[in-house]
Amino acid sequence: MKNDYFKVIRAGLNSTFQDHGRKNLYHIGLPFSGSMDKRNYLIANKLINNNKNDAAIEFAFQGPSLKYFGLPRNIVITGSVNFKIYKDNNSQENGECYKTIKIDNGDIIDIISTNKSVYGYFCINGGFKLDKVWDSFSTTVRAKVGPNNGNKLIDGQKILLNDPSNSPHRKLNFLDSKIEFIRVIKGTNFDFFSEQSIKDFFSKYYTVTKLTDRMGMRLEGNKLNNIKSTNIKSEGLIKGTIQVPADGQPIILLSDHGTIGGYPKIGVVISADYDKIVQITPGSKIKFKEIKLKDAENLYKLYTMETNNILNRII
Amino acid sequence: MIKNIVNLGDAAIYCDFGSDVNKEINSKVIKYFMALKEKNIKGITNLSPSYNKLIISFDLNETNYEDLKKVVLDLKLNVKIENRFQKINIPICCDDEFSIDIERIEEKFQKSKSEIINLFLNKNYFCYMTGFIAGMPFLGDIDEKIQLDRLETPRVKVPKGSVGLTGQFCNIYTFESPGGWNIIGKTPLEIFNSTNVKKPNLISPGDQVTFYEIKKKEYEKFYEK
Repeated sequence: MKNDYFKVIRAGLNSTFQDHGRKNLYHIGLPFSGSMDKRNYLIANKLINNNKNDAAIEFAFQGPSLKYFGLPRNIVITGSVNFKIYKDNNSQENGECYKTIKIDNGDIIDIISTNKSVYGYFCINGGFKLDKVWDSFSTTVRAKVGPNNGNKLIDGQKILLNDPSNSPHRKLNFLDSKIEFIRVIKGTNFDFFSEQSIKDFFSKYYTVTKLTDRMGMRLEGNKLNNIKSTNIKSEGLIKGTIQVPADGQPIILLSDHGTIGGYPKIGVVISADYDKIVQITPGSKIKFKEIKLKDAENLYKLYTMETNNILNRII
Repeated sequence: MIKNIVNLGDAAIYCDFGSDVNKEINSKVIKYFMALKEKNIKGITNLSPSYNKLIISFDLNETNYEDLKKVVLDLKLNVKIENRFQKINIPICCDDEFSIDIERIEEKFQKSKSEIINLFLNKNYFCYMTGFIAGMPFLGDIDEKIQLDRLETPRVKVPKGSVGLTGQFCNIYTFESPGGWNIIGKTPLEIFNSTNVKKPNLISPGDQVTFYEIKKKEYEKFYEK
């Protein structure tokens, strides 16, 4: 049906439209943005039989509650997520992730919470009816760039849907793995820190604090003493960079990070671990481990292969 | 021209053009940035030029550090860039309402407001880089007589359009944002407009910028248009 839509009953804490991210705009001050956990985003689109670049609703901790108006069609949720479907006929069912679920007119999908993880992804067959901005469905809330006028979902708003396409019932047996260490490559200001601090950085636990969002993850632990200078001339930043301000507590920059900064860079998280670190919840304790460039490249190849294998299992 | 080139993580190249901040070094950075942008090299996903560094991000599925480093070092800088830079005049209103740090600056330099503003106005500033927040230009060089440190405690919210000073630079807050620069006035011009997809940022690295003063009435008129 042409006019199928969702009504947002509750927007959730941080629900945005996302896709692969947006390239080639660092130089004007816009980060990649895009889905934080690419693997779960890709799985969601594959399960629902959409294009791999179609938009998903990404949510953090508490997701949205959405009421559906339209002809029956499939939805899917990926991640580790508790959700319920309230049927229009007053019955209810507990949702199961990584499995397509048919919804009918009047059904409510209530995405209650993520379970020991941060982000989850919601896709619907046919996809959301959105306009691309710079060839992307990604939202950068701080710059008000992206679909939905660059905003998070808002209580009461409508989300229009494209016409449905073919969506066979699909299910994936998948248990997302967790990481023991965050693996990092030495940063360009590694030598700004005392020997003891470098030792601490690679041996002590750091706690993920509540001051963590799509822009960055603030950590708390043994203070990292800077023996050179607590500032550098402002320069470009990339996602995964671990910078250390004057207070000695590291911050890992995530997908919506500011594009220029002047704090020393102690390390950069390897690409293979990015999907995993974003799912680490506040209060968790983490450890860093040093990795050489060649090993990081190989680990990324392996990770990509693994992702492709998972996607190929979905038929 | 590049003094040192290393990897930044496994998916970026860090090009160091020196440690000083001046137009000469920055112009080299901009030249490399433009040449790389023009050549559309396979695998490159982003370029971050700054005062004296250039960071090249790439897709690790398409290339890697060693291969791309060779391409960067062999790069022919045969792009003509001279005609691409614009001269831009920016109106600024320094009404007390907008010039929120002026009293402190007056006290610090023992100069009157008009002396301070006159040292700032009608000079050619060079855009070294844009970023931090979308479209924010870093312009220099500010007269030595009015160079200031960052605020000790940054503001949680600096109003959109505010013009701030720190060290040899001035910037314009393209959005309401946290910030620690010393605010001397406000421009009604839209410096970043994401709906203008081809050219969202009014000011690009390498451009020349001059500020001219407008009165509060003219400032308000900008919104009536």
